[in-house]
This record gives sequence, C-alpha cells and structure tokens, in this order.
Amino acid sequence: MSKIIFDIAIIGAGVVGAAIARKLSSYNLEIALIEKECDVSFGVSKANSGIIHGGFHHGSEYLKSKLEVQGNRMFDQLEQELHFPFRRCGIIVAAFSIEEMKTVEQLYLNGIANKVVGIEMCNRSRMLSLEPKLNTDVVGGLYAPAGGIIEPYRFVFSLVESALKNGVKLFTEFKVVSAEHNSEGYTVISENGNIVHSKWAVNASGLFADEISNIFNAEKFKITPRKGEEFLLDRNSAARTEHVVFPVPDHVSKGILIIPTVEGTTMLGPTAIPQDSKEDVSTTSVNLGMVFSSARRMVPSISQRDIITSFTGLRPVLESGDFYIDISKKQKHFIQVAGIQSPGLTAVPAIAEYVKDLVKKDGLILTEKSSYDPDIEKLPRMRTLNPEEADVLIQDDPSFGEIVCRCESVSEAEIVAAVKHGHTTLDGIKFYTRAQMGRCQGGFCTDRIIKIVQRETGLRYEDITKRGKDSWLIEDRIGDIKVNSYGSVE
Amino acid sequence: MKELKFDTLVIGGGSAGMAAALEVSKRGFSVAVVERENSMGGILNQCIHNGFGLHHFNEELSGPAYAEKFIDMVESSNIKVFLDMTVMDMEETGDMKYVYGMSGKTGMIKFCVKTVIFANGCRERNRGSIGTPGTRPSGVFTAGLAQRLVNMEGYIPGKECVIVGSGDIGLIMARRMTWVGAKVKAVIEIQPYPAGLTRNIVQCLNDFNIPLYLSHVVGDIHGKDRVESIDVIPLKNGVEQKDKSFNIICDSLLLAVGLVPDNELAQKIGISINPETNGPIVDRQLMTGKNGIFACGNVLHVHDLVDFVTEESERCGKYAADYMDGKTFSDQYRTVPGQNIKYLVPNFYSPHRDNKFYLRTMIVKNRAELIVSVNGKEIFSKKLKHIQPSEMISFSILEDTVGAEIISECRNNTLEVKIV
Repeated sequence: MSKIIFDIAIIGAGVVGAAIARKLSSYNLEIALIEKECDVSFGVSKANSGIIHGGFHHGSEYLKSKLEVQGNRMFDQLEQELHFPFRRCGIIVAAFSIEEMKTVEQLYLNGIANKVVGIEMCNRSRMLSLEPKLNTDVVGGLYAPAGGIIEPYRFVFSLVESALKNGVKLFTEFKVVSAEHNSEGYTVISENGNIVHSKWAVNASGLFADEISNIFNAEKFKITPRKGEEFLLDRNSAARTEHVVFPVPDHVSKGILIIPTVEGTTMLGPTAIPQDSKEDVSTTSVNLGMVFSSARRMVPSISQRDIITSFTGLRPVLESGDFYIDISKKQKHFIQVAGIQSPGLTAVPAIAEYVKDLVKKDGLILTEKSSYDPDIEKLPRMRTLNPEEADVLIQDDPSFGEIVCRCESVSEAEIVAAVKHGHTTLDGIKFYTRAQMGRCQGGFCTDRIIKIVQRETGLRYEDITKRGKDSWLIEDRIGDIKVNSYGSVE
Repeated sequence: MKELKFDTLVIGGGSAGMAAALEVSKRGFSVAVVERENSMGGILNQCIHNGFGLHHFNEELSGPAYAEKFIDMVESSNIKVFLDMTVMDMEETGDMKYVYGMSGKTGMIKFCVKTVIFANGCRERNRGSIGTPGTRPSGVFTAGLAQRLVNMEGYIPGKECVIVGSGDIGLIMARRMTWVGAKVKAVIEIQPYPAGLTRNIVQCLNDFNIPLYLSHVVGDIHGKDRVESIDVIPLKNGVEQKDKSFNIICDSLLLAVGLVPDNELAQKIGISINPETNGPIVDRQLMTGKNGIFACGNVLHVHDLVDFVTEESERCGKYAADYMDGKTFSDQYRTVPGQNIKYLVPNFYSPHRDNKFYLRTMIVKNRAELIVSVNGKEIFSKKLKHIQPSEMISFSILEDTVGAEIISECRNNTLEVKIV
C-alpha cells in the first residue's frame, strides 16, 4: 500500500479539533483528525457547560473576547447545517448589592467595547420580570439576549460527521507518543504503533496541549487543569430558569451558574478549582454544598432533591488566561491552538476561521472544494415530535416506535443511528442520543442498549464498554462458570 | 393515527396494572392495558427468588410464578393488552381522557377513555440521587439493573462486589451475585439497623458470611475506567468518622438505595404529588386530583410486598368501576400523618364508608400503639408488636366507626394518625 501523506494532521477531536477539521474540509486538502480516546468529544468537550456566551466577560484586549463575539454570531448558520440542539435563551447576570452592580457596569462596558448587540443594564424589576424565579433580593443586573445554550457533545459529533462526509479521516485510540519532522513533513506515531504522515500539524489537544507541544519539539508552556463540577437536575425541577443565570463574577471564574439546558434539564455549576492531575475528574461532597448554596442565593427554589447526576470537567488553562493560537515560532508548519477554556465553545467557529487563515499564511495552499457539502442529515428525535409526526415516522420505520430510554424518549432507531455513526460505547451512545442521561441514569435501558450494540456491531458482550479502554461492563456469562450448591466457585 | 375507544386504560402491565384491570373488566367495562416490555409481569419477571404470594395466594411463589397467575387471568379475560408500547403523552377534555401510546407494531394509537389508572411502578434511586462522590468509572450499577442483567440476560456484571443498601433488593442481590460466582465483599447500610426483612438478612447474608456494615456510608469511588475500590466511612451518631474510613477493593458497586414512584406523566398533566411518597395525592377511592384518573401500586407509594400491591390495585379497579357507575362520594375529609408517621395513603377518607390505609412510620420501636383521631377525639387504636420504617403498616376504619356525633360541619373533620 502506498504511503498516504496528509496535508494536515489535527491532534485532538474535541470541539476545537473538530471545528478546525470541518472548516478545512471545505478546501482541497487531505486531513487527518487524531484522537487518543475511543470516540470524539470524550475529553474536555464532553463535560462542557454548553453555554454560548454573551461577549461581556472579558475586555477587548483579549483574543478570546474577539473570537467569542465572532463565534457567537456564527451559531445560527451552523445549527441550520448541523442540527445540534441550540437555543438563544439569553443570559442574565444577577447582582445582589450595589458593589456588585459596579462590576455589572464593567461587564456592560466590556460588552459595548466588544460590539455585543442587544446588551442592556437592568434594574430590579426588569430582572424579576425577565426571570421571575430570581431571589427577590436581586438589586439589578445585565441582560445579554444573544447568549444561548447548546449540547456540546452533539455539536462535536455533528462537526465530525460533517468533516468525515467531506473527506476527513478520523483516527481514534491514537495517542500520540512521538512526532518526527523530516523533508516530507511529520511522522506521527501512536502508543499502539500506528503512524500518520502529514505536512502540517495542528495542536488542538486540550489539556494535553503542553505535552503535545513538547512531543513536536515546539514551544514550552504549561496547561493547568481547572476542575469544574456540575450538578444536573431533573426535568421537573421547579427551579428551571428561562435564561442562563450568572452571578457577578470574581477574578478566577464566572461563578456558579444556573443553566436551563437545551434539552430540558437544569444544570448547576461549574466550580473552579485548579489541580495538577489531567485525569482526575472525581466529584466531591464538599463542593455539592457550595454549589447549591451559591445557586440558591440566586434562585431559592433550587432543591438537592432534584439532582439526577453530577460530573466533572477540566478546563485547559494557560497562565496568560487567554487563548494561544499561533503559528509555532520553533517548529515548522506547526499551529498551536492551546488554552481554549471558556469561552472556547462559543469562540470555536471563529477559532476555526482564524486557524484556517494561519495555515494559509504559513504556506498551505487552500483551494475551495467544489464537492464540499456543509449539510448533514437531520435525524428525527422522537421526543421532539407530536403524535401525528411520530405515527408517520413509525409507519416508515417501526424501530422509531420502540422506546429504549423511557426517561428521555429515545427510540431504538436513534440508538441504531448512533452505532452507525461510530458511537459504540455506552457513553458515546448517551452523548449522541441522550439515552441513559435522564432521571434513571440508565437503570432501565442499559441492558437494552447492550443488546442493540451487540446486534448492530457483532461485538461480544465482554467487548462492550462504557467509554473504551478498561471500562468493561460485563465480566462473564452464567454457564461459563461452575458453582456448587454452597455458592462457591468450583 | 389510529383511535381506539375503551372505558378504562391501565398504564403498566405489572402486578398493579393486571390486578386493577381484572377488577374493572369483571364489572363489564372494556379495558386496555399498555405495557412497555414484551410481556406482562413488570419487575416480578426478574425477581426469580421465592417469597411472593404468602398473603394473597397462601403459598410461596417466585416472582414470575406470581405474575403468571395474573397473566393467565388477564389472557382469559376480555382485557386488550398492548405490549412493547410506551405511553408518550396524555390530555383531557371534559370527562374524556386521551392517551397516546406507541409501539413499532401499531404506530401511535390515540386511546379515548373515561378512566385512566396509573400502575406504572417506580424507578430506582441511583448514584446521583445519593450524591456519592468520586470518579465515574464503569461498574456502578443499580441493584435492579444488575438483577435484570443476571436473571434476564445471564450477564455477570462483576466478580468482586460491594452492595450499598440493606433493603430487600440489596440483600437478594448479595445472595444472587454469590450464587453466580461473584465475591460479595460487603453490604453497606447507612442506618444503624438493617432495612430489609429479617428472613432476608439470615438467608441472604448470614448463610453466606457476607459482612453487613451498619451505620456506614460509601465515601468515594475510585477507578478511572472501571471501579477499582471504594472508601467506606463509619458513622457515629450520624456523623462521618473520616479518620476511621477504610478501603475495599472491588470491581463493581451495586446500589440498592431505594425506589421512587415514576410520575412524570401525572405531573405533566397537573396532578398534585405528595412530596413524602412521590406518588399522587389520592382520595378514598385512590382517585388523583383529576376526575377519572386513578393510581395504585408502586406508582402511588412504594410497597414492601407484591401482595399488598395486589390488594390495593384490586380495590383501585373496583373504585374506577364505581366511578364509571356514577358512585362517587363527596363526603370526604383529609387525612394527616401525625406523630412519628412518614406518610399515610390515601389522603382523604369518608366517615360513611370503609377506608383502608397504608402508612410508614419514622421510628423503630417494640410495643407501639397506633392511634387514630378525628376532631381531637380518638376513634380507633391498634397495638403493634414491632415497627420500623421499612415495614409498611396497614389498618382499616370501617363504615360508621367515625360516629355522627364526631363529624361536625364547623370542624375540619381531619383524620389524624399517630404512633406512640
């Protein structure tokens, strides 16, 4: 077989790598998208808060502010092309003292400087009419109607699906351990011995961007993970707000938010605690109390009774606090895209444009691909259909009538679609379909999903995992072991 | 979209739904049962252990055998059963209810009915509900899911388990996992006393030398991809003794930490829920706040024994038939849980009819007394040998126990129950 030399290899299939891959797939290029996990969006992106930010948190001196405002405006078109759940529900910042109102005013000025459309200062009664569930102690605040919410993993899945449709090659379970540069370009080698050759490389490896930069012998910098714990509340929670509700931020983070997720649950968080480990995504009991008391200060009806799950995400933070997106000054044809923490998700469509301009500047020839198709197929979701629409769909394909996940009304057809799109782990299926994401957390549907995956893929039960590697589910099968009448294994 | 007319639609074909449907059908009304699994029986189908039916059938049956008896009766009745069907939505106009049920075979069906009986059971509380901290590896299962994997699919979800919760499901699974060759290293219980039946402590734990840690909680779950170990923390007077915590190496954690009635649909159509039970607030006839909509079994409140579910659901079926026969009672007053009572079902009573109550206490006590009073006057009492929160208590207030002299138009006539 002849050796394929890709024009460009993008390291990391989180939201940043996926958006860059899709953007570049509109040009006549051979593109490799490389991911160390067994599925895309399994790193930082899966535990993102899903907020499309309003462009007022940071001053105009930051690159991230510029890209945030640009990126925000690009989501309507992306939604039309890629069909991920997205809603411009608006963002409010609630102040509870005159001092806090001074910070709010600064945020407002940031927004004006960043050219945010529609941003406004609100007095107490306007805040309460916008968001009746707010604590009546509210003094005033800020309203940014262009802010919104998305499902971050679905966004990544759609970006990757679009990229693949336009010719990008995806390499999963490809943990980069070495990269050599010679006259032909890079030879990138994975832990399990696979090789990708490419002329350019993009470092979009999130928490591991510092390590990848070292492997490529490029700039030295340090990514510090900043832990964010989130708590998810039931759909029926009385505390679900209309808008994303922010407290007045402090110097470290944007604070504990109340997020009415686009799919109907309510999320509280994230905390912001720096740590050394890039792997430790454990939750703690200490933070639960802190998150709830912070959130309840803004919306008193929030109740711990409504928790259905909690999880942790890690933000990849650089010392500068800004994004680092540039052509490497040390290594040839190497593009750094590091430190993409909040508002990275919002900025990502603009980051992709920015990186496209950088690679062009660095000499990569970009000619538009005539066959480029920005649209992906829109998959029906049972929970969004009225009874008549559902009936029509079932007549066409009965598997839409078989509900697998009762809490989130996910049909067998949707699970099968997830598998057909390459999401064969329980978590991959969860992020693609929402099955197991509701109030029973997979209690009723896990066994059904295992059976469907087996049927569709031919995988053996012991090969089905929660999220790849050693996250196996089933140890054994009855009949494979012998047990005596006293309950001991013979 | 197909439209079908019945007098009654029963949501759920488990023990509650089948018992209720049979009673409605016996009275000559047309009944449909919607069941989301491919056979009736509900959770009984995965409960292959014995201990069912001692009250109702005077014999000890396995879960599937208990279900089979009802399935046979349903199949030889005029009840129309829709299997593999999920109820998606519901609406009401005037006296009619419209329920949308869907299956691959039938497409979406609009059921037009006079009465609806919710009999769709409960779900398990999970890790999120109890807020267990730590990593989020594979290998954390609810006990019911583990039971289904083992008993229905033949899958063994782990070889070294720890079980959280000493309720009957936890105990049964401790024995079951041992029988399939797994090592059950511990059962962890937050309370200072076991939550399950004594017979299950003996038969499921003691007989297999499985240690039961009372007054202990799981502190942290460890493991990146799969569970590797858990921290266990002893409690002293309810306070965590973190310095005395210890680690247990295991590959799986089974959570048997309680059940919650599944009432999303009821809530969606505006039925009020009792926050103590998570089931609908119901009157003496087990009718919810919406006329013609009833609830019974574990969707109303979580029961200990299927026999009690059957008893309650048969009454519910009769009440629904009474309602369609025009027999409703306006002379109903509130019931309230008093001293040491967690909850009381139903939430209304009628002084001129028989009333059956189920309740749970909040205390453990030997030689307790249950006292019922109306307008401050004691009308009934009952001695109880031993009470504990995990054991449901029942009693009846028969027609005219509440004398005419007690009921007064100028009082609220609330029936209060306490345990001392």
